[in-house]
Amino acid sequence: MNSYIPLLLLFLFGMILAGAFLALSHLLGPRRKSKDKNASYECGLEPSGNPHDRFSVKFYLVAMLFILFDVEVVFLYPWAVQFKEAIQSGMGSFFFSEMILFMVILFVGLLYVYGRKAIEWE
Amino acid sequence: MEKIVSYLVGHCEKLQHLPEDFIYLALQVVAGLLVLMLFVAPFAGIISFVERRIAARVMDRVGPNRVGPQGIFQWLADGVKSLLKEDIIPAQADSVLFRLAPYLVFVGMFAAFVVVPFSSGLIVADLNIGIFYLIAVTSIVVVGIMMSGWASNNKYSLLGGMRSAAQIVSYEIPAGLSILAVVILSGSLSIQSIIKAQGAYPWQWFLFQNPLMPIAFISLFIASLAEGNRTPFDIPEAESELVSGYSTEYSGMRFVFFYFEEWANLYLIAAVSTALFLGGWNLPSAVVSWAQTKGDVLLHLLQFLTFFIKAMVMVFIIIQLRWTLPRVRVDQLMALCWKYLTPIGFVVSLGWQLGWLYFLRECLWSVM
Repeated sequence: MNSYIPLLLLFLFGMILAGAFLALSHLLGPRRKSKDKNASYECGLEPSGNPHDRFSVKFYLVAMLFILFDVEVVFLYPWAVQFKEAIQSGMGSFFFSEMILFMVILFVGLLYVYGRKAIEWE
Repeated sequence: MEKIVSYLVGHCEKLQHLPEDFIYLALQVVAGLLVLMLFVAPFAGIISFVERRIAARVMDRVGPNRVGPQGIFQWLADGVKSLLKEDIIPAQADSVLFRLAPYLVFVGMFAAFVVVPFSSGLIVADLNIGIFYLIAVTSIVVVGIMMSGWASNNKYSLLGGMRSAAQIVSYEIPAGLSILAVVILSGSLSIQSIIKAQGAYPWQWFLFQNPLMPIAFISLFIASLAEGNRTPFDIPEAESELVSGYSTEYSGMRFVFFYFEEWANLYLIAAVSTALFLGGWNLPSAVVSWAQTKGDVLLHLLQFLTFFIKAMVMVFIIIQLRWTLPRVRVDQLMALCWKYLTPIGFVVSLGWQLGWLYFLRECLWSVM
């Protein structure tokens, strides 16, 4: 636990450092506001429509798939760390077959994703 | 680290009254800031200059050559220039999120360097979950990028931010699976112990440990290119269609943070592949014992140089790729990730390399 306190402090210092740079740039830089300068960039044309409109559902699908598969990868890590020791203590085949089972179930899920064309982006 | 603490306590009387934990903590924070100021920031700057010069050579131009000899101070001039620029926040933008996004990108990048080793002793914090922490922390950048894309209230930015988020999170899975193959081999998540599990010579590296490891290496390399938004996977910032995507509306110092992240990420990609697959800072034992007779400083310097040279080779390969390959389409990008790299990652990380050998051997023994 002790080794995480410096990390938190470093997060904080990183923030402060970034803030210091921004403050410096705020002090040194000019401030000349104008209506046109503060308008959204759209290749020099008048901005039209609301950018926060409905968005392609594919992005949300990818986000959901990511959550599923990334959690699974997270589950694999403790197993991977223990695997070497398990082999040395003669539990290798048990460890391995358990993980094969887990992976096969997930792979069926991946096949389902292919089947439903969730990742076809044409 | 312990040596430095005992040295400081021995040489400075005022420090002796303080608890050792506190000195250790303060030293780690100082070390972290030093790494940022003395290594990451200059590296990001210089490599941006180097890449511009290489790009110029590839395109048969000259490139920046006016500021200093051969233009090597161009990055400092660029930095000062952006410091002096006006900081524009578009009237339509979501002001709070717009301001917050560069902080997240900056901190996510900086926090990752905490676990990047420079030599056997030079590392800010050798966490026992090292590589796992690195994967987790670099994901903060995604939040920052998506936030900037959303808050800019600009069509290009939103598209760029969304594309970038989709791309980075997708490629996190093959990257995680490839790293898993290394973790299985080393039985540890700490980056220093992963390096120690390898050796100085190429045949001791994890890259050549078994026939599947080169595949894991290549898929990690491709995945980290995509996570760093590097060409051929730079569709989030595609200059010709999205006018640099999520950073379109940013100017001055905030803009620099996004690019700082990208250049620093270049070293991060190279350092991770060096540490995990290319033997890290390992030196032949003869060199180590020779260097130890001359003092620890020389040893750490040699280890740093070994690590740095390997990492730089990777950096130059990545830069060369950028100016060699065309950009891929979004559907190709997604197909590459989900249809090729993820199943390959499954096979590689399943522990075929170990599982196959040990499982089969155990089966054979039980039969005989």
